[in-house]
Amino acid sequence: MALLSKKDANLILDPLADNNPITIQVLGICSALAITAELKASIVMAISVIFVLGVGNVVISLMRNIIPSKIRIIVQLIVVAALVIIVDQVLKAFAYELSKTLSVFVGLIITNCIIMGRFEAFALGNGPWKSFLDGIGNALGYGVILIIVGFFRELFGTGTLLGYPVFGDPIAKTGLYATGYENNGFMIIPPAALIVIGVIIWVQRSRNRTLIEEA
Amino acid sequence: MGMKEKLHQLKLKYQGKKMAPAFNALHTFLYTPNETTHSGGHVRAVDDLKRTMNTVIMALVPCLLFGMFNAGYQHYSAINGFPAEFSLFEHFLTWDNFWLGAITILPLVIVSYGVGLLIEFIFAVIKGHEVEEGYLVTGMLVPLIIPVDTPLWMLAVAVAFGVVIGKEVFGGTGMNILNPALTIRAFLFFAYPTWMSGDKVWVHDAVNLAGTPDAISGETILGYLAAGNSEGMYEKYDLAEMFFGFIPGSVGETSTLLILLGGLFLIFSKIASWRIMLSAVIGSLVMGLIFNGAVAWEWIPEYSKFYGLMSFDFWKHLIVGGLAFGIVYMATDPVTGSQTNKGKWIYGFLIGFLSVMIRVFNPGYPEGVFLAILLMNVFAPTIDHYVIQGNVKRRLKRLKNATILPKPSDSKAEGLKVETV
Repeated sequence: MALLSKKDANLILDPLADNNPITIQVLGICSALAITAELKASIVMAISVIFVLGVGNVVISLMRNIIPSKIRIIVQLIVVAALVIIVDQVLKAFAYELSKTLSVFVGLIITNCIIMGRFEAFALGNGPWKSFLDGIGNALGYGVILIIVGFFRELFGTGTLLGYPVFGDPIAKTGLYATGYENNGFMIIPPAALIVIGVIIWVQRSRNRTLIEEA
Repeated sequence: MGMKEKLHQLKLKYQGKKMAPAFNALHTFLYTPNETTHSGGHVRAVDDLKRTMNTVIMALVPCLLFGMFNAGYQHYSAINGFPAEFSLFEHFLTWDNFWLGAITILPLVIVSYGVGLLIEFIFAVIKGHEVEEGYLVTGMLVPLIIPVDTPLWMLAVAVAFGVVIGKEVFGGTGMNILNPALTIRAFLFFAYPTWMSGDKVWVHDAVNLAGTPDAISGETILGYLAAGNSEGMYEKYDLAEMFFGFIPGSVGETSTLLILLGGLFLIFSKIASWRIMLSAVIGSLVMGLIFNGAVAWEWIPEYSKFYGLMSFDFWKHLIVGGLAFGIVYMATDPVTGSQTNKGKWIYGFLIGFLSVMIRVFNPGYPEGVFLAILLMNVFAPTIDHYVIQGNVKRRLKRLKNATILPKPSDSKAEGLKVETV
């Protein structure tokens, strides 16, 4: 017996590829540009969004019948804000350095379009279990892209992965650096993230041509 | 049977095959294809894309040769000291200079063409379209706008980036928004800034010799001014040296004289737009004059870090750095520039204007030409749009004010006569 029915499984699997919030819906780009210079920050951001969106979707879904539709945006904002503050405080308490790197962008999870989008589009009309799966799926789809981008940017931008030197020591000129290799400063600045995301979109669309919109 | 016929026959054999675009590219490079147009009436002229590109390359060759001599001259002068009595044939046009320049610059040219054309061929084969000639000029421009000691692998990475992201993703030659050569330079600049600025990269071997007793260096004039120096400039280089190009800088951009000749050649062969060139020159002069005025009226105190560059005489901006080269060879790119005549004036003016502005106000980038041209590349379609809309509006207004007079004759065809006011 499968753990999830096929329909439920699709709720998680679809956003990972063919309905990815970043590469297909082009949501949540700002944070993907800002914090992907390091893989670690990308991973933490991904986990934070998974938490906020998973829990938030459940909360909104539970309240969906008692929220007056006129003020639903305010209610949604309060739920996100509360969850984001929890994430922020946890980071400050247990990973202070990281929370400094992420700085304002943890707080800006509130404005991440993916979250409000899923609340509006899914949680308001579906039960808690489905909403939970949908939230996790979309946040994972977001996280996967973040981690891919973070991987390439950190690898080529600073020559490290999660802080560990991969190519050798750039100052002492060991490993790959002895051959004259140098870190690519372009990968550290945010436009590089835009280009990496663009390349991911390009690859995805040339593998699955049904994703290409009619001109 | 000559080679020409043989190639025509081979073409038939390759038709429809996967490698056909690659073969056709070689074929059309050597001979005019024997293909005729299929439908409608066509005017066939000799100035096809290939001829256009080759003309630009011809205009670039003097700059390349000069760059080779200059690379040697800067290198040996940095080691042995600059000659007190400069003589063109004794110190500049020597075999030693040329040889050193050739062995340092030819690899740049080869890598630029090799990597760029390889990518063009790969894309043509995958997409099944013809290989376009666009890269011929880009491949020649790129080695001319980078420092002589740029490591070859960096150039290869940058060319791959520039051709794929700058051109192929938009659909290849003719569809690109940004000038590919400048995209390549911008990539190099932001990716490896230590190799693109400072006082070590402009003279061959200066990077290798740094830290040794034989250390040499050579700063560009703009770099020198941006560092806040304004005195002593003319003891180092006089005006003639700046104009003829015996100064450190990127490979092919130092000689304003040769660029000027190349520009005239392009104007008279009607390849490049004189409107863009002229308006860009005017734009840079205007911005330079504004800065000079600010200094003359003492708005800028002497301790300001902008003072050195702002007090630099306005017309001298044209003879140092890459401004002249950018205006003549890059701003006039017919694909990325404005298409309308009025748009060309605006586009060119803003390139000159912004180049000098970036030069002065951005100490991080003592050279702003490539940024200004890339920025205006992005705005060129917008400029064109408003020029065309303006034209449409004006003509609609004219139509509205037109009085339509009935003609005395009865025939219906000539019943109406439009008179414009």
